[in-house]
Amino acid sequence: MAMLTNRRKEMAVAASLVAPFVLTFALVFLYPAIRLVVLSFTNSPLIGAGEWVGFDNFTRLLSDKLFLTSLKNNGYFVFLTVIPTTAIALCIALMINRLRGSLQALALAIFFLPYILPVSVVTQIWTWMLDFQFGVLQPVIAFFFGKSVAVFKNPYWVMPTVAMVTIWWTNGFNVLLFIAGLRNIPKDYYEAAQLDGATRTQLFRRVTWPLLWPVTALVLTLQMILQLKIFDQIYLLTKGGPFNSSYVMLLMVYREAFQLNHGGYASAIALVLFIVIAAFSVLQYQLLRAGGRR
Amino acid sequence: MTSLRKFENGVLTIGTFAAAALWIFPLYWAFITSMRSEDRVVSKEAGVLPDEFNPAAYIDILWNTNLVSWYINSIGTAVIITFTVIVSGMMCAYAISQMRFPGRRILYGVVLASFMVPSQALVVTQFILMNDMGLINTWAGIILPQLIVPVVIIVYKQFFDAVPKEMREAVVLDGGGDYTLLFKVYLPLNWGITTALGIITFIMAWNQFLWPFLAVTTEDKMTIPVGITQVNDAFGVFYARLMSVALLGAMPVAIAYLIFQKKVTEAVMISSGVKG
Repeated sequence: MAMLTNRRKEMAVAASLVAPFVLTFALVFLYPAIRLVVLSFTNSPLIGAGEWVGFDNFTRLLSDKLFLTSLKNNGYFVFLTVIPTTAIALCIALMINRLRGSLQALALAIFFLPYILPVSVVTQIWTWMLDFQFGVLQPVIAFFFGKSVAVFKNPYWVMPTVAMVTIWWTNGFNVLLFIAGLRNIPKDYYEAAQLDGATRTQLFRRVTWPLLWPVTALVLTLQMILQLKIFDQIYLLTKGGPFNSSYVMLLMVYREAFQLNHGGYASAIALVLFIVIAAFSVLQYQLLRAGGRR
Repeated sequence: MTSLRKFENGVLTIGTFAAAALWIFPLYWAFITSMRSEDRVVSKEAGVLPDEFNPAAYIDILWNTNLVSWYINSIGTAVIITFTVIVSGMMCAYAISQMRFPGRRILYGVVLASFMVPSQALVVTQFILMNDMGLINTWAGIILPQLIVPVVIIVYKQFFDAVPKEMREAVVLDGGGDYTLLFKVYLPLNWGITTALGIITFIMAWNQFLWPFLAVTTEDKMTIPVGITQVNDAFGVFYARLMSVALLGAMPVAIAYLIFQKKVTEAVMISSGVKG
């Protein structure tokens, strides 16, 4: 009998411990997630009731030009950021990892600092840097391309420029992950290889790269997921323009829901975005794990 | 070390700091711009070197915008979010790690799965929910959807799992319950991880843009990242002022980072699982 009350008491304690998280989770995460799925099958406005329309929203998506453009731009943006930022972060981490003491702390602080800035600070600074008339980078662009370019008003320049700004902003996080990975590689490996007369290139190819692969895989996966969710920089720098050449899915969710009052349709787009991200992250993780085992 | 190696090392170090100088240049340039008069900013003669120390733009920003309310909103919401996320996450992780109750595995599975869910995909229905509850344009409305940070539970669970079982027994023999265990044993043993997770959560909450942008409708309720975009609309193209408000907005976290650099570095590494 005493055992039973003890057990019951433990149950009550456990329940009280998990309750704050579980209740908040149910309210602001689970319920909105379920409602999102339901809403995506209706034609409801943002606020108010609508009618069940079956798969209409999804079939409409397939012929929505703006959606296809957004999908393509999301892919293009991933292409422009994921591998470049991983490569740049690895180079910077290798450079910083050589340094010692306060020099290392200084270099790390410089490369990491942009990461802790709010996104709007980043976009304001770069808008000024790249201002068509007075931007400090325009002479540099003019030097290489013969003339100044209004980068955020040019359909060819806009995505690469947003990608560059994004890399500048978020790269420090990846640098830190790589540095952690480099520190985990035992020093003896390098010493042994150096005794055998290995060159820098050989050290990197035979020791660093294979042992760092799990971290590289992690960075690639995290970046992929992060960059598919792009909204802030695009909204603040270009609002999707010019001529929708930087429109992305989350921006479309925002427009449909909050500007056009199409709650149902916006939910359908959000659901597709969610499925794309989930599918890619599972797929990529599996691929990278397989790559790491070889 | 051969002299060639030494030469190579020198070149690499110089290269590193040249790259660092390029990397920091945008912030340097924002600072130089913010210290100039608006006329000087757009004049042809102004070079890239500092030449003026004119605080006019800063004074103008502090007087003529809601910057102070934005600070208060940002600090208030970020502190509440951080505290709630850490305490609720720690409690939940302790129960999952140290107690036996039905649904334990399912709960942890849900936590792991929600780690994969992009919260941005939920903004539409979160907005509807907050609107139904009448919380749009309130602190509660800004805070509530940001309280789910599954990584906190995942990290805490790993660390609680690693606490030796003998640590429990002394407390249990003295008649201490699970709350005593959590707050007198497990928490003090993991202060390092608690500050690390706190720092990460705070930075994330402070920098959050999309949700506060949707949840707030009037300028006095805005957080820093949302508020400073208003300055753009209010002033048009006055870059000295735009740069000074940007730098003022960035300052608190930037200073905190420079002071706690080591801790932040560690925090990022721990919370992403590359160092345990």
